[in-house]
Amino acid sequence: MEQAKTGFEAMSARRLLIIGGIALIVTGMIFGDVFAVFVLHQNANKIGEALIGVTDAVAAKDSVAVIASFTNIGGLLENRGTKVDTHVHVIDFGYLALLLALIQPYVALAKRARKRLAVLFIIGAVMLPVSVFLIHYVGLAHSPLTTIGWASILADLGGLLVIIACLGELAGLWRSARGARDAIPEDASLKDRSWASRALLTGGTLLVLAGFLHGARYAIADLSEHEANDREVLEEMIDRSAIVQTQIDKDMMFAHKSVETYGTLQAEKAVKIAAHSHIIEFGLLAMLLAFVQQYVFLSERWTRRWVIVMLSGSVVLPVFVLLEAQYPKWVRLIGGTADFGGLLVVIALIGMLVGVLRHGGQLDARKGARA
Amino acid sequence: MSGSRKLLIISGMLLALWGMGFGLYYALFVEHQVLDKLGGSLATSFTDGAKGDLIAAHASLQTYSDTQFDYVRSVDVHSHWIGFAILLIVFGVGFDRLGFKESRRMLLAWLLVVGSVTFPLGVILQTLDRGIVPQAVAALGAGLVIIALAAIALGFARTEGN
Repeated sequence: MEQAKTGFEAMSARRLLIIGGIALIVTGMIFGDVFAVFVLHQNANKIGEALIGVTDAVAAKDSVAVIASFTNIGGLLENRGTKVDTHVHVIDFGYLALLLALIQPYVALAKRARKRLAVLFIIGAVMLPVSVFLIHYVGLAHSPLTTIGWASILADLGGLLVIIACLGELAGLWRSARGARDAIPEDASLKDRSWASRALLTGGTLLVLAGFLHGARYAIADLSEHEANDREVLEEMIDRSAIVQTQIDKDMMFAHKSVETYGTLQAEKAVKIAAHSHIIEFGLLAMLLAFVQQYVFLSERWTRRWVIVMLSGSVVLPVFVLLEAQYPKWVRLIGGTADFGGLLVVIALIGMLVGVLRHGGQLDARKGARA
Repeated sequence: MSGSRKLLIISGMLLALWGMGFGLYYALFVEHQVLDKLGGSLATSFTDGAKGDLIAAHASLQTYSDTQFDYVRSVDVHSHWIGFAILLIVFGVGFDRLGFKESRRMLLAWLLVVGSVTFPLGVILQTLDRGIVPQAVAALGAGLVIIALAAIALGFARTEGN
């Protein structure tokens, strides 16, 4: 009876979406950390080396070598881009799953239809990022199309499944708004005003606001300048390499310096955008966690601890990511601290997932005992 | 469910679908061609440089720069619409906890919805016109979102405990 009241019974849409959502977010964050440590910096170095190869080829008037180096850079960019996309999509689908779990009381559909939509959503939410991850490795092999491969086709199919699931949820909301009565009753999770819940809601909103202000500042003060500098440095690279064509000593120092400047510019852009997106995403996560407190079966003391851990990590990661560009001499220490911030958030999330599993287990055990 | 919550949740769902639909359309019909153009124009600028033709090289870089300008904004718009949609739904779920009257909550909900639609709209319009109007639309949207977020943070902080 208690399970039916909260809509949290075993294999229900809400339980599937909450557990699936948190698992997706944890997976996405761990994938992001692994990507940052083992792929991101190495990939950036390889792109820098390939660009130096491009300038050398321009100086040597070797157009074939230029194309070969760009093909190499294209592969490296695709490798990086698809992994960033995988990281972002897994986490965002996790957020969306939690959101759909929260709006279940207003989705006026039969229990079985809600469960099917939840399963469809999770299949799509896994299919899309896994396929995006494979794009770099599968390429155009056996593809019926000339521009996109099987992995891209499956990724789009995953996206379509998510859209269909969201359309179904929207239809349920529409029915609920029109007075249909098969929605599950609204539970206390949305009215919970515990310390943890209020701290997460207020802290989350402030994090989103801080991220938005930082993004606005970036758009006003830095974006146009970065775009202009981007083009200017590329022009310098070509001009300085082309000048060497007529020199006897073939001094590439200035051309290589331009490659270095280009790398610094790209890194500066990347950290500012990463800080903006991470602080907002952590803010959203904190707010979502505020609403699932009722399903976290932990003592008050432990609940407060992981709220503090979660909010601390949410501030540490983006702030130290930003500092990376400003203090390049301390990049290892600052980068390590940023990674530690990410780890704090992952730990808090795993703690919460354990709490949700314990809550579900407790409800199932009570039901079993009554039966 | 209060009117402000209904407004936020339904607007959020519609905006998420719109953002995802835009992303799907962009990925299927535009992105691959744009990426080819980006890579092609950059490579051409350097091959022109290798041939010693710096005028052609700079022209290709201009094409690269213009394409990059549009691409960055298109991808940003896709992610911002969906991001705002999620924010609207999250606020919609717990909006009754805000320490304000329903009339004020409704006003904040409208500010957030209008800002969430117009800010990315202004950004995508910049791919059609780089003048002041799209920038003003984006700035207006951003201003509305900032005001609404600050007020919502205050409202949540004012909420009384259980």
